[in-house]
Amino acid sequence: MMIVDDSNVMRRRIERSQQNDRLEVVGTAVNGLDAVTKFKQLMPDVMTLDLTMPEMDGIECVEHVIKIKPDVLILVVSALADKATTVEAIEKGANGFLCKPFTDDQLNEALAELIGE
Amino acid sequence: MLDAEEVRTFVQGTVHFFETATGHPATVGSPYLCIDKAAVVQDYAGVIGISGNREGKVYFTAPRGMLSVMLMCMNETDTGEQNVRDLVGEVANTISGNARRDFGRNFVISTPTICDKANAATAAATTGRSFVIPINWRSYAANVVVCLQ
Repeated sequence: MMIVDDSNVMRRRIERSQQNDRLEVVGTAVNGLDAVTKFKQLMPDVMTLDLTMPEMDGIECVEHVIKIKPDVLILVVSALADKATTVEAIEKGANGFLCKPFTDDQLNEALAELIGE
Repeated sequence: MLDAEEVRTFVQGTVHFFETATGHPATVGSPYLCIDKAAVVQDYAGVIGISGNREGKVYFTAPRGMLSVMLMCMNETDTGEQNVRDLVGEVANTISGNARRDFGRNFVISTPTICDKANAATAAATTGRSFVIPINWRSYAANVVVCLQ
């Protein structure tokens, strides 16, 4: 699993809070561009992805990683709460959407649903 | 210029953030108008630029002690300078992003600019009318400031 967020606090929060035995954090990235570079090296099965980031935003990042690995499971974790953004992310290839702020339980439920538990 | 319903969006977003992210509810005082001056700046401010169908900025400003305790409530053990600055930006980003539920996707938010006491007054300065939303959380006081044309 790869965690992509420009906030260090948020990256650490997700890494610390996720408790699914089937998931292991293999890498983190600070923006979409960094994520695409690291994605090619690590080829994670699962990704949590912020949308509002410098350099390359999350929507563009989804388009890139889907081309590299079409079956990657992407959970968008973003504060952007409008329905249109959620729909756009899903249409681009994301598999789930978790709105910030979230509790630990909400994160783990979203990740479990993402991987089909 | 914001109307009362739009101010309520930010009030509700702020209450929701503290309750959900820290597990400790905040109380919000009565929002008040601040005209043509830097409204309120504490030790740190996370400033979000707004563009699209509205223009302006939204910022969250808080004392360092409050940000440190917020990190602890989020089970973060590193309460150093980097994470304190990071958190103040993340709070501003979350409250602004959540406002798109009501303002729509053309309420475009920037990534946060982080200011400390040395440059906060300049960076957070607003022109026109700002609404200041006072926040009390545990023993601390902070503010969300919304200045939208």
